[in-house]
This record gives sequence, C-alpha cells and structure tokens, in this order.
Amino acid sequence: MSSTPSLIAIGNDSLRESFGKALSALADEFPKVVVLDADLAGGTGVHHFRKSHPERLLQFGIAEQNMMAAAGGLAATGLVPVVTTFAVFCLRAIEQARLSLAYARRNAKIVASHPGLDVGPDGGSAQALEDLAAFRAIPGMTVISPADPIEMAKATRAMLEFEGPVYMRTGRSPARRVFNDDHVFEIGKGQIVRDGSDLTIVACGVELARALDAAEELEKENISARVVNMATIKPIDGALLKRCAEETGAFVTAEDHNIYGGLGSAVAESLAASHPCPIEFVGVKDVFGASGEPEELAEQFGLTGPHIARAARAVLERKRKA
Amino acid sequence: MVLTLRSINEDPARASSHALETELAQAAAFVRKHSIASIYHAGSGHPGGAMSSADILACLYGAELNLWPDSIEDPNRDRFVLSKGHAAPALYAVGARYGFCDAKSALRLRKLNSPFQGHPHVLDLPWVETSTGSLGQGVSVAVGMAMGLKLQGLSARVYTLLGDGELQEGEVWEAAMCAAHHGLDNLCIIIDYNKLQSDNRNSEIMRLEPLAAKWRAFDFGIAEIDGHDIPEILKTFRRASVTQGRPSVIIAHTIKGKGVKYMENIPTWHGSVKFTRQQAEDALQSLGATRSEIKELLDV
Repeated sequence: MSSTPSLIAIGNDSLRESFGKALSALADEFPKVVVLDADLAGGTGVHHFRKSHPERLLQFGIAEQNMMAAAGGLAATGLVPVVTTFAVFCLRAIEQARLSLAYARRNAKIVASHPGLDVGPDGGSAQALEDLAAFRAIPGMTVISPADPIEMAKATRAMLEFEGPVYMRTGRSPARRVFNDDHVFEIGKGQIVRDGSDLTIVACGVELARALDAAEELEKENISARVVNMATIKPIDGALLKRCAEETGAFVTAEDHNIYGGLGSAVAESLAASHPCPIEFVGVKDVFGASGEPEELAEQFGLTGPHIARAARAVLERKRKA
Repeated sequence: MVLTLRSINEDPARASSHALETELAQAAAFVRKHSIASIYHAGSGHPGGAMSSADILACLYGAELNLWPDSIEDPNRDRFVLSKGHAAPALYAVGARYGFCDAKSALRLRKLNSPFQGHPHVLDLPWVETSTGSLGQGVSVAVGMAMGLKLQGLSARVYTLLGDGELQEGEVWEAAMCAAHHGLDNLCIIIDYNKLQSDNRNSEIMRLEPLAAKWRAFDFGIAEIDGHDIPEILKTFRRASVTQGRPSVIIAHTIKGKGVKYMENIPTWHGSVKFTRQQAEDALQSLGATRSEIKELLDV
C-alpha cells in the first residue's frame, strides 16, 4: 500500500508535460532513444526533448502511418524509438503498430497524448475513447495509463527499461497529484492507494483522483471503499484483483475511455477467471465525446467522483443481494 | 559453389562480369522454379509477382547486397525489405540459393509450423529483416532503417522492393516525402512495375502514370530500366549507390508471370492461385526445367 492515501494537491503539470520533462531528463542515460514527432512536439510534451537533444528528435511531418512503421526500422537498427502523437492518430496508425512493431516484436514505444474526454474543447473527433481497447487487443503490446505527473515520470523510466513494444497514454489537461516522490511504479503491478473493505474501485489515468474523491464521499456514509491504481492495463495485475475480490467482493472500474474494451473489460476478464463478483463500470458509455472543458465533460458523461460513488452504492446493493 | 561478388573479390581470377551475369541468370531461373514448386505444394500463393521480381532479387542477393548468411547480425550489413510481401516465395527461393535457408525446407511454404509463412516474418526468419504483407509498410520500415543507419554513422545501404499496385497506398508517398526530406541517399526503392495487380491492370484499377514524374516531383534520383535485363539492373544499382543527398528509385519494367508462357501478362496469375499438377509441370517446363528437375521439385 502506498504511503499516500489521498490527494496531495492539484498541480499545474499535465501528464504530457511530465512525460516530456522526464524523457528529456532520461535521454543521456538512454543514449539509444530517439523521439519521433509528427508536428506535435508542442502538444505531446516532447518539446522539452527537442530543446535538450535536438539531434535525436526525428521529424516525420503530419504522416503518422509512415512514422509508426519507420519506428520499426529504427528499432531494427538497434535504436529505441519513442513514437509521439495524439491518441486518435495512434488509432490511425494502429495497423502499422500491429505489423511493423508488435508482430516483429520491436523494442519501440508509443506515447499517446490527448486521450479521452480530458482533451476537452477540441471535441469528439479528437477524444480517443477506443485506444486502450484497440492496443490491448494486439498480442505482445504492453498498455500503460499512469495517473499523475509523478507516476508518469516513473512510468517513462520503466517504459525505457522495459524490452518490447509499449503503448502509453499521457494526458492533455493539468493533472491532479496523487502520489509522492517515493511512489514505486512497476509495469504489470497495481497498488492499493487507499484501503477499504466493502468494495474495490479500480481506476487508471485521470480517473484515479476521481476514485479517491468517491472514496472520501463514501466514507461519510460509512462505506469503506478500497482504491486500486491500475496503471498497467495489460498485462493486468490479476493477483491483486483476485485478492481484492476475496477481501471486498465487489468492484467499480473507472476510466476515461469507452466502457467497452478498456480497463473495465480487462478487470472483468481477469475476475471472471479467478473470483467472479459484481462489477459496475464507470466510463464513457459507448458514445463519442463532445466539446467542453474536461470537468464539464466528466460531469456530463458520468466520470466524476460522485458518479463513481453512485456506481459503488449500486454494486454494494448487488453484493448484498448476491 | 555459387558465384557471387564476394567470391569474385576473394578470387579475382574468377572475376568476369560475364560469369557473374550467367550465374545471376541461373539464380533467377532457380527462383522462378522454386517459387512455382512451393506455390504448387502450398496450394495457394502469388506466382505472377514472384516471376516478375526474380531477376531483381537475384541481382540483389547475388551481387549488390553486402549481406551474407554469416553477417545477418552485422550492424553494417546492407538491408533488403520485401515491401511487396506476397512475393515471399521468390524471397525464400533467392534466400535458399544464397545460403540463407534450406531449399527443401523452403518448399514447405504456407504449411503449419513452417517458418516460411505466406508473407515474410522476421521472428521466423531473421534474415528477412522485417515482417511484411501489408502493402506500404515495408517501405516505411526501410526508411526507418536508413535513418537509423545514418544516425549511427553506418555506411550500410537499404533496399526495398515494392509492387506497382502497392503505390496506391498513401503510406508509400508519406515514406517518399520523408526519405527525400531527410536526404536518405542510403535508400534505394525498386518498383516491380509489371502493370498488373490483383484484380486487373493498374490503369483500370487506379492509374499510376505519370509514374516517373511522380517520383521526380518527390525529389528522388530516378532510373527506368528493363527489370529482366541483368546487366542493366547491376549497372543501375551501382549508379544508385553513388547518388548523394537524395534517395533513389528504380522503376523496373517487368512482365508479370515472366518466364511462364501461359502466365505472362495475365492478371489471373497475380492473386493467390492453386496449381494443378499439370499447370505446375507446364510452368516448370516453360522455365526450362528438366524432367528430373520437375520430378524432384514436385514429388518431395
């Protein structure tokens, strides 16, 4: 269990900025890393890397398919390519990621900024709500969605230390701080960030902070909610989920993604095989997003702390009846 | 022993361009015959493009590429990417000819648990360099390789063979723009321009002309050649290898089904086909195979 049971502060750093700074800071330690950009360095956070290591920032122009497959070629020569663009444009190049990166088992990293409703005003066309599902379905692809700037920095290191293809989500908007500097990130491992006994809320990305809001709210009603940070969607931490199922017997999952195919589905698949119990899914309910500020969208599409708390009450009702 | 540029270099007494050209012609014939045989045994596969690219592949593996079976992990080896992955039978056959794989094993094309899949897979056969089979991707991978080699100060070159129908993929032109922008003079794109694609002529499906003008507009060094003329192919590779500051493209005019009389220029033989025994025998005979050779290839 982490030493940080609740929110620390609302920082100004977005996950993308945290990623960009971390990548720049790690560049000398990982000399084989090259960063691929499709004219979005200012948006993905890699402008930091461009400033510190301009000779290792490879410009591909607005042509994501070529960039994604070229990453396979760069990796084949022994470099470690980090492909950066928006999450929706990763979807555009997913077949390149499938064949030229995953099928060829290249040590290449895809870092996707601007996922989910967190994109905000750009609207529905720009809000990737399908990326976790799509990349999770590619054999051998590791899928990560860190929750806060501290975890993002640690996940960036872990991703570079890891051998194999990785898809990692960052985020556009200023992200709330959840973790202290002593947070330990390990690919494939979830953590209980707040203990509880009545149910378990499993969250990733920006939804972790909202899950902690929900736990606070539920505590006032004498409901003890455990909160698990599941930053690695694939491979999912099945052992932790099984333990939580045995100890709490009910789940809510929360993600800034379609309820189909992402974290909720991964949790359900795992529990179905280990310890079936009631689950409620908080996420975008199989519709596209829209323009608005991220918090307004979270409210309208049902992703806030109170929505998670509502799902928690519903799942407890099912647990009682079961 | 198969004569190659390396064996010529090692033994200058054998250095005769005529001898090399004769060997490459034999290698191309070997590629064609083995492709027909493997497609016959598989019961499916694309013979037309294998026939049209055989001379180019023989010139690459037999002469141009600085690549040997004992150097497939050498960082400074030349790379070849078969972007038109459906010509895999020809790639396997040329690999067999030059010692990268076993010829008899390569006849187990498309079979369960065979490393010789319908399209090349680098985890099955490391010497194929990357996995292809989705048109347009191989050329991007080759661009990435060429960039990676330059970034690391390596002088190796990268060659990639594209089909003409493949040029309808937008990714090819993304890759072309990128290669020219980055001045990848270590990259040589070869187009197997046999004018036919799966369903019909290119000109009917989606026209490619004016093709040379397109590549010129993308700022490539261009050569247009007869893709079955071995001396011309070799000469053009030499010229491409000294081009500086920009990538090269070789538009190789070829004949789909080349060497098999009943197949030449007939689109039906592009797509995946199932040969009857008679068709396979006729094809091999057309390619100059002897009776015993035919028996050996088809009765394994």
